[in-house]
Amino acid sequence: MSASLPLPGAAAATPATSSPVAQAPINPAPPSVLQVETGTPAPASPGLATAAPATSGLGTSGSATPAPATPGLAMLATLGLIAAISGLLVATAYEYTAPIIAEKERLATEAAVLRILPGAVAKRDFLIDAEGRLTPVDPAAAGGAGASAAGGGLVYAGYDAQGQLQGLAFTGVGTGYAGPVEVLFAYDPQRQLIVRSKVLKSTETPGFGDKLDTDPVFLKNLEALDARLDATGQALANPIVTVKNGTKTQPWQIDAITGATLSSRAMGKAANQAAQRAAPAIQRSLGLLTQPSP
Amino acid sequence: MAEASQPAAGAKTAADPFNRQETLTADTFLRGLWEENPVFVMLLGMCPVLAVTNSAINALGMGLATTFVLLGSGALVSLLRHWIPKQVRIASYIVIIATFVTVVDYAIHAISLELYASLGAFIQLIVVNCIILGRAEAYASNQRLLPTLVNGLGMGLGFTLALFSLGAVREILGNGTLFGMQLFGDSFQPWLVMILPPGGFFVLGAWLLLFAWLKQRRERRLLAAAGAAAHG
Repeated sequence: MSASLPLPGAAAATPATSSPVAQAPINPAPPSVLQVETGTPAPASPGLATAAPATSGLGTSGSATPAPATPGLAMLATLGLIAAISGLLVATAYEYTAPIIAEKERLATEAAVLRILPGAVAKRDFLIDAEGRLTPVDPAAAGGAGASAAGGGLVYAGYDAQGQLQGLAFTGVGTGYAGPVEVLFAYDPQRQLIVRSKVLKSTETPGFGDKLDTDPVFLKNLEALDARLDATGQALANPIVTVKNGTKTQPWQIDAITGATLSSRAMGKAANQAAQRAAPAIQRSLGLLTQPSP
Repeated sequence: MAEASQPAAGAKTAADPFNRQETLTADTFLRGLWEENPVFVMLLGMCPVLAVTNSAINALGMGLATTFVLLGSGALVSLLRHWIPKQVRIASYIVIIATFVTVVDYAIHAISLELYASLGAFIQLIVVNCIILGRAEAYASNQRLLPTLVNGLGMGLGFTLALFSLGAVREILGNGTLFGMQLFGDSFQPWLVMILPPGGFFVLGAWLLLFAWLKQRRERRLLAAAGAAAHG
């Protein structure tokens, strides 16, 4: 700002120096150069003004080339160039793939939700808001599975062709033997039961941990898992827990798989976490859910 | 391409491959597949070899992703080889490799969610695969573009082949399937340990044994032939 102020004055005093004035904003010259410029005759000044940045630019690289110690400028320039190329490539790849990925994840979530809610042909997505109620969201805007994968808490409602509510689905995450296990649960709002489950993401040991999704005896646990709310309607009356194999006595308990206790516990934790979060909101907003979809 | 501009000394490659520009031959490509196979001969990049070869499709996906990164990073390193100061070359190579790994990560995510989920963090870990940095440092950094691409393709396909030969064996034995297709009847009891990490070591060991045996047999034959020739 302050450097540019004297320039119009200099230009007005010597109209012949129009070219250095035009260059000056691009290569901000130190004030001393400007003083010399105005002091010397007009024809000499363009040479000075152009020479000053040129020598300063060449000076560093020129002095560094003979000494092979650290070609600082060359290193900076190369790394800068490589960073620019990389940035460009990554940004291009991201721009190109992001919509495809979002669409695929949305379809995958939709397929999983419709598979877990038999009879449903359409789904609507809801978000649990700050007051613990459900608000409808546009699946495309919400980022589809992206939100659910992050445990962001979407609740999916499945409807049949007549627009009748067929059931609800939500995800839960529990830590297992090898990492988080993400499970999609189907929930029956009338009976307040978890009625089905499907493991979405798991790194459990193949052959043991994947029984969570295949072992028919274990899956019986999740066909009528009690998720009743307590008197206040804020939480489950009985938290869902996983118990040792063969000791299940209550409908809110999950009988663990022998040899996969930690994975079974992950299922229990996921079910409890998901139901604690979603069931109160669903019960509160049942009116909104049961009205036929628009 | 520019063979004419090539110094005549470039013809002999095997003598000093690190300081001389290589003339493009079939060997440039084939070396990576067999003679210098990154897995079976050089024993490089063992982490993905053992970790993601529990099924044929995972092995193939990982191998092709690595090949893409090898080609892309090799091309860029080769093109920029005169401008990269040697003090910052490792940093430059890592940034270049990381770029192509990120691109391939997005690409696999867009192509198949299942493959992306089953390969998991191992796609990102291609960055630290020593085959790729090794190729950039030992080959791409002093060779022209075309030989770099051909050599990179050979190495990448050699890696893919090695991964596939592990993945296929492990999937058949451990799961009774190949590319998800059932191979045996219901009576087949999967050999579960094969798709668990120990299985990777077993199968790799078996392949290495086979390769060592083949090599030894060939050397013995050559010796015998030489001996026969000497005795006339």
